[in-house]
Amino acid sequence: MKIIKEPLEKKVIEKLKIGDEVLITGVIYTARDQAHKRLAEAIKKGRKLPFNLKGAMVYYCGPTKTPKGKIIGSCGPTTSARMDAFTPALLKAGLKGMIGKGRRSSQVIAGIKKYQAVYFLTYAGCGALLAGHVKKATPVAYRDLGPEAIYRLEVEGFPLIVGVDSSGKSIYAVGDMPRAQRK
Amino acid sequence: MKTLKASLITESVSELCVLANIDLRSDVLGKLKAAAAGENSKRAREILQAIVNNAKVAKKKRLAICQDTGMPCVFVEIGQDVRVVGDLKAGIIKGVESGYKKGFLRNSIVSRPLLRTAPAYLPPVIHIDIVKGGNLKLTVLPKGFGCENKTQLKMFTPTTGIEEIKEFIVGTIKSAGPDACPPYVVGVGIGGTADYACLLAKKALLRKLSAKRYTLYAKLESDLLKKINKLNIGPMGLGGKTTALAVNIETYPTHIAGLPVAVNISCHALRSATAVL
Repeated sequence: MKIIKEPLEKKVIEKLKIGDEVLITGVIYTARDQAHKRLAEAIKKGRKLPFNLKGAMVYYCGPTKTPKGKIIGSCGPTTSARMDAFTPALLKAGLKGMIGKGRRSSQVIAGIKKYQAVYFLTYAGCGALLAGHVKKATPVAYRDLGPEAIYRLEVEGFPLIVGVDSSGKSIYAVGDMPRAQRK
Repeated sequence: MKTLKASLITESVSELCVLANIDLRSDVLGKLKAAAAGENSKRAREILQAIVNNAKVAKKKRLAICQDTGMPCVFVEIGQDVRVVGDLKAGIIKGVESGYKKGFLRNSIVSRPLLRTAPAYLPPVIHIDIVKGGNLKLTVLPKGFGCENKTQLKMFTPTTGIEEIKEFIVGTIKSAGPDACPPYVVGVGIGGTADYACLLAKKALLRKLSAKRYTLYAKLESDLLKKINKLNIGPMGLGGKTTALAVNIETYPTHIAGLPVAVNISCHALRSATAVL
């Protein structure tokens, strides 16, 4: 299986097509509902962000508590659609990759195309399995949010499927648009 | 008359919280394995295999099957011949807190739903029923919210035909689509009041997926399962024959003027554990 490195280079993003299965190695940041709300607000008000969004990749994930002696707890993806309202602002600010599960809105898909980013799926409901690909986890911001805090994760061979590619094609049906051709 | 100490109930609930979250129900695992063997699509097989592997890893490493360790739901069936010494409700709540801490599970509960305050482990949702006999039965169902968010209730008129009801149930799955971690287990509650139909739908998830049923509903369940599995949503919504593992229906008498039907979806990580004291 193809291995890609984070940060995602332009030419790598361009080549990724819906349905492609890849393994990623590099840094991803967890962020879900409340963290997105705060990030979008910070962008709007021009405040400093807790991590550099330019070229970054976020993972819609709120892990369980970390058991003693382990790097991270169970850490699978949450439903991406709940982040849709905030995603266009993050894309505009330089976000290049997103990992989650399920469909995205037509606005998000348009944003992915416009800013040449990519949306990945990962195995949903497989948090124990995915924990094995996390080599380091460091809290970065919003620790008051508990599991919704932003964590910097160093991942290795983390399995992904391209859900929306930079040409704006989605692996799922969107609105009246039929499901794009799957591999 | 059986006497049970509240502290024993605390202990039992605590263990059930951990067990439910790290050890996937054998009936669910069995269905997942069978589905993996029966899929034609390579991708669907791969995803189902990952789900089966995930359950193995979770059990071996004592990690939660899913990071969403749910809103803890506790079902209590208390025999009328049981006397609890101490505070039953407080005992249950204490047990949930202890289990979630011990299992390194997720604190996913916000105390004020509109203010979204800092998340905690508590409180659980508790359903208590009084039954005959001298036993106390405890069931913990950690209900993830990706799937809980897709719940639907419809108050049909009493003359509604069965086809329309089937359409509503299948339509609920169609609208959940790929977002709530398919393959699903579909809980259906028919009858009672609006709130009771929702409770029945959730209780339906507790029934073993292979359990034999009373004929009328068994046929309805298998019809619905066939229809749902023709939707081609499939594992992770990427297509395939396995959109649902099972449909479980629970019913209750209802009013002459109504016909409530509720659908409560579970993701493939349908977790619960039961103890009888």
